[in-house]
Amino acid sequence: MRWAQVRARTTRATWIAAAIVPALLVAWPVTTVVSSVLRPNGELWSQQWETRLPGEIVSSIILVLGVCMLSIVIGVGAAWLIAAYRFPGRQILGWALVLPLAVPAYILGFVTTAVLGVAGPVQTQWRNSFGTGAWFPEIRSMPVAIVVLSLTLYPYVYLLARAALHDQAGQAFAVARTLGAGRAEAARRVLLPMLRPAIAGGAAIVAMETLTDFATVQYFQVDTVTVGVFRIWRGTYDRDGAAEIASLVLAFALLAIAVEQILRGRARYAETGAGGPGLEVQRLRGVKAWGPTVTLGAVVLLGFGLPTLRLATWAYGEQTGPRGTPLLERYTDYLRNSLVLTLATVAICLVAAALVVNSRRFTRSRWVLVARRVSMIGYAVPGPVVAMGVVLALVGLDQAIEPLGGNLPGTVATGSFLALIYAYGVRFLAPAVASFEAGLEQVPPDLSASARSLGARPLTVVRSVHLPLTRTSILAAAVLVGVDALKELPVALLLRPIGFDTLPVWVYNLASESRFEQAALPALTIIIVAVAPVAILCRQLEARRS
Amino acid sequence: MNSPATEPPPLPLKLRGVTKAFGKTIAVDDVSLDLHPGELLGLVGPSGCGKSTLLRLIAGLERIDSGTIEVGCELVDDGRKWTDPEQRGVGLVFQDHALFPHLTVADNVGFGLRRRSAIERQTEVVRLLNLVGLEHLAKRYPHEVSGGERQRVSLARALAPGPRLLLLDEPFASLDPNRRTQVRSDLISLLRAAQTPAVLVTHDQTEALAVGDRVAVMCAGQIQQVGAPLDVYARPVNRFVAGFMGEARFLPLTAASGGLVTELGPVVGDSAAAANSLAVVRPSDVDLEVDPAGTAVIERAEYRGATWSYEIRLASDLLVLSTQPRSVVAPAGTRVHPRLATHHDVVIIPADEPPET
Repeated sequence: MRWAQVRARTTRATWIAAAIVPALLVAWPVTTVVSSVLRPNGELWSQQWETRLPGEIVSSIILVLGVCMLSIVIGVGAAWLIAAYRFPGRQILGWALVLPLAVPAYILGFVTTAVLGVAGPVQTQWRNSFGTGAWFPEIRSMPVAIVVLSLTLYPYVYLLARAALHDQAGQAFAVARTLGAGRAEAARRVLLPMLRPAIAGGAAIVAMETLTDFATVQYFQVDTVTVGVFRIWRGTYDRDGAAEIASLVLAFALLAIAVEQILRGRARYAETGAGGPGLEVQRLRGVKAWGPTVTLGAVVLLGFGLPTLRLATWAYGEQTGPRGTPLLERYTDYLRNSLVLTLATVAICLVAAALVVNSRRFTRSRWVLVARRVSMIGYAVPGPVVAMGVVLALVGLDQAIEPLGGNLPGTVATGSFLALIYAYGVRFLAPAVASFEAGLEQVPPDLSASARSLGARPLTVVRSVHLPLTRTSILAAAVLVGVDALKELPVALLLRPIGFDTLPVWVYNLASESRFEQAALPALTIIIVAVAPVAILCRQLEARRS
Repeated sequence: MNSPATEPPPLPLKLRGVTKAFGKTIAVDDVSLDLHPGELLGLVGPSGCGKSTLLRLIAGLERIDSGTIEVGCELVDDGRKWTDPEQRGVGLVFQDHALFPHLTVADNVGFGLRRRSAIERQTEVVRLLNLVGLEHLAKRYPHEVSGGERQRVSLARALAPGPRLLLLDEPFASLDPNRRTQVRSDLISLLRAAQTPAVLVTHDQTEALAVGDRVAVMCAGQIQQVGAPLDVYARPVNRFVAGFMGEARFLPLTAASGGLVTELGPVVGDSAAAANSLAVVRPSDVDLEVDPAGTAVIERAEYRGATWSYEIRLASDLLVLSTQPRSVVAPAGTRVHPRLATHHDVVIIPADEPPET
């Protein structure tokens, strides 16, 4: 009897620890960055403040607001057209609109500058037609950067808005109409307010991704605070300085989350009920019917079709041309680097997510709930902040164990494989946890309880009940994390050990040197792999509909 | 123009031959139905029988394929001409209430009143909230009130624009069974007070019998029978209605001198109809005597507190039910002698196969 109690207590403690350790590992680098601000380097700040910082802050604000607004317009507009009207190509466009998510902004960015830039074919043709002095909009500019980022990020808003329209809005819309509101009025007075949390949630993700980016904006010569962090780190390796500026990026991110919470307001939107048959669909006829087809088709073409086609023709030309062969050798090297990094990240995230999520089943401790929330913050913290936090944390650890005769592998000062994987894990644990949780929700707690009452110990329950029943969502978690890791550029640029280039880093380097044709093959590889989770998302969307 | 004194008041709702198919499935099949002024009609049928589709057609959320729908003597849908839902004056209450989550209780109720002045609107909202007894919750949001309260908000909201009729789609289905009876009788008195005619859809026959002035029984897209609750229960027109509206078993009939005979005894009826008719036998129609020489056997005995419910296997292997007072104790296996308690009230229906459900 006493032995059983002791065992029960140890089991409980083990599960709490299993949830808390990953959470602490996630929290550590972030708190390190925040605490670095408590001992500010006055000289750095005043020097930065007198030179670049004010302009960088203004650019960051304009960029984030611009990208958010344009993404909302495209995302909500597309979701509304797809949900409320019937027009040619509606079915295909419904999922095709998600495809631009597979094109990282740094790829669409360089394709845009290559095609539309001063030396590109479009402007050359333009000058030939209208003379050398003919006006053409400046491509390396803020507005074009906003358009490019929005074209790759709007699907986040689109997906959330479409799900909200489908899940909850149908009945409310019907009721509003029986109460005397026409289509337009019901949309304005009922649908738009009901979509607000979806819009806010989508825009928060868009803001976070925009803050993380510093490769794309560099193509367009937009200096944001994130670019500032990169410049200090790569220019001077002043890790404390870079971390302090990175905390400013974190402040922007927190601001975005605060705005989201305010927009949600007091009204809670998780209405009960399956939501009935969705919105009533209006059939458009004649010329009017082609309006949505053309508009939405243009979005998909600009965000996915045309850039992919351009990359494919470049890659084909390059491989069949005289320079092709030497490039292919490097390609396999970088592909291997990317795959090693991706697989390591997937493994770490899956194990950590399994611990955090399953421990909720076996203890009722509040610590486990807190741990789950903390484990998700990596996604809401911009990449450069995570990167600088990991560097500071590992340097701190290195210094702490040095007197004891210990030594961390790798030169931490310029980045190491350990730091790289750690940062990837922090950043991508959230989608893994979310996916695991969605899976485990399909397994009723009663089922776990029955298994235990039949004599199974927690680990046996996980192995013989949870695992088989949640296999699909574990696979989904692996794919989501894997693709995110494969696409990731900013963290890799900041932390990669010298000589360890990934596919995105290679694309970035080639594109920075205007070697677009050579960048095409790795860029295309990234896009093709990234289409996988888009397919998964679409299937989930369709499954929910039926 | 006719003088209004001689003219009967207009029907709030008139359906003629209403038909709606989704692809190959015919959801609503040639339905004709009238709703009288101030009347509550219970529309009952098993799930998937087309009753919710019928409501959506009346509200204007779907278009009919053929037939006509008139609301207050105004043609709103005949398959070609079609009136928008917001122009019909038909209120709708959903099963899960569909309150606007971003608006307070008061704003939900006032939603359909925006064409009035601010003062008028406010007075009306207060009046309606008083009517449903929720004036103290005016400033709450939907997620901050209970299920029964949400239901009353949704009713007040639907009544606000002064609709010509109300449609209620399973309004009690999402409520706790223990509170359902109370909420139901509250809602009935509210509807009576508002004098708004209403169609109440349900899959629960006791609810339809308790609520409606009349009951319409629907199955496989068709209205099987319309009538007063008593009639529908006591004089079902076919096997489906008989079985759906209450426990019933069916016995074949044979012609005898001067009438009809079942295995349980004679019933009153026309002997010519014997070949293609069945007798509807309800549990209250069957008496039994414990008799070791009886040809019938108790198959199953179920104690229900005030009564016993017995299932009896007859000599012909058919099963009938019998409700007996507590004092008649006959465990399973007991031989009994059952017979009809009454000869007159036994209903005779055509022996057609029951419609597909």
